[in-house]
Amino acid sequence: MSAISVENLCKTYRNGVKAVDGLSLRIESGEIFGLLGPNGAGKSTTVRVLATLTAPDSGVVQVAGCDVLGDPHGVRRRIGYVAQASGVDKWATGRENLTLQAQLQRVPSATITARVEEVLKWLDLLDASDRIVKTYSGGMKRRLDLGMGLIHQPHVLFLDEPTTGLDPETRAALWRDLRRLRQEQKLTVLITTHYLDEADQLCDRLAIIDHGKVVVTGSPAELKKKVGGDTVVSLDDVYLHYTGHRFDAGEWRE
Amino acid sequence: MSLFLADTWHLLVRHIRTTIRIPIWIAVTLIQPVIWLTLYGQLFRRVVEIPGFESGSYIQFLTPGVVIMTALFGSAWSGMGILEDLTDGVMDRLLATPVHRASLMTARVLHAALTVAVQSVLILAFGLLLGARVNGGVVGIVSILVLASLLGSGFSALSNGLALVTRREETLIAIINFFGLPLTFLSTAFITSNLMPDWIRFIARGNPVNWAVDAARFSMLGQNWSGVAWRMLLLAFFALASIALATRAFRAYRRAA
Repeated sequence: MSAISVENLCKTYRNGVKAVDGLSLRIESGEIFGLLGPNGAGKSTTVRVLATLTAPDSGVVQVAGCDVLGDPHGVRRRIGYVAQASGVDKWATGRENLTLQAQLQRVPSATITARVEEVLKWLDLLDASDRIVKTYSGGMKRRLDLGMGLIHQPHVLFLDEPTTGLDPETRAALWRDLRRLRQEQKLTVLITTHYLDEADQLCDRLAIIDHGKVVVTGSPAELKKKVGGDTVVSLDDVYLHYTGHRFDAGEWRE
Repeated sequence: MSLFLADTWHLLVRHIRTTIRIPIWIAVTLIQPVIWLTLYGQLFRRVVEIPGFESGSYIQFLTPGVVIMTALFGSAWSGMGILEDLTDGVMDRLLATPVHRASLMTARVLHAALTVAVQSVLILAFGLLLGARVNGGVVGIVSILVLASLLGSGFSALSNGLALVTRREETLIAIINFFGLPLTFLSTAFITSNLMPDWIRFIARGNPVNWAVDAARFSMLGQNWSGVAWRMLLLAFFALASIALATRAFRAYRRAA
């Protein structure tokens, strides 16, 4: 069964902006799947619809076997959502943040303390766990964000630009952890990123999105082969071929 | 139901914790009522001499008015908290969990009600210092706190709902500034109803702020307890209706965001 299936998703905002225009997508269980595309291509809207934050105008959207409109509660129990904007409470400590998240995600109360401790240790935040988040560095905050998304061991994890602001070591550690979680728990990950090396090395498959539609899907190797044939091309060339722009990290910093 | 209560409790703990960590806010919101009481109390000291003003001391008359006015303004700004959570991404993070939507609203409203109760105690104490008297005793004081909290609950819910629908600080500020003072002046907060023009007295009858001011004043004097009771009931309905309405704003948010 697919972990995520999107058929013909459309969403037009009240100001008339057509963010998503007939987007279809299928992501298998246990995949790390990347969404690439220029700003305003509809990536964030798609992720928001999948995470039940935005209601679609039309289309059939299922996440972890539940329909986002028919059973949003079922979806919410099974997903972790880590947005681009941090989402942690800066006036609470790391431990308080994780504890509240675990409570709201219905982690059995008897196991919450141990689970929070485990996640803090895994994120290397034990020493800072009782400091308020306002005092955390950008990297620490990002790690805590990830912990918030994973505290309840979800089936599907949404990551909107997870490694922005992380140093290369922490990024590498995060990739390792995501691969391990996929293997151990069959976690499905949907990621948007503005690092092409991340898309290339971490993702099993990618979709390039432009003007609210999926332009092409495939593994990084497949895509490069499709565009370059026998010549060796980079993912940047693939991106240029399908969207008409160079992949420019600058354009992500609105 | 038990999930609703548990969610509400956990979120309420978060709000209270934040307030305790930044207690300066309670102090800041008390500056204005202190100014109202000292300045207005002095400036209009002699209005009680106007025939038809049935109170003997203006500070006695003004104190319940200022308590309720502070409850109104304090809670009307409560939507700013939701806007901060929206900007920080906290709201989306919460909305992507199975948390009860009504809990998100109720926890904020209860927090506003508690804040109002604490502020009311401090303003009452200040009023007593300036010479006001609570003839209604402990029951009178508790009644004033309940009335202020109920009014605060209703307006904090409306403010939170508006914040979710408009998602803009400027809009919220404009609406509060537009309605805040008229709601206060269309009540007996500063002047007795005998001295109001007929049309204001008529409008005031439907104004929740006026229900709260009248009932708080009766509680202070220890008179007309039946009048206090039915106004309290009206305020409870107002609070519940506002919470129900505001919770629906989450649906509008999901459609628009």
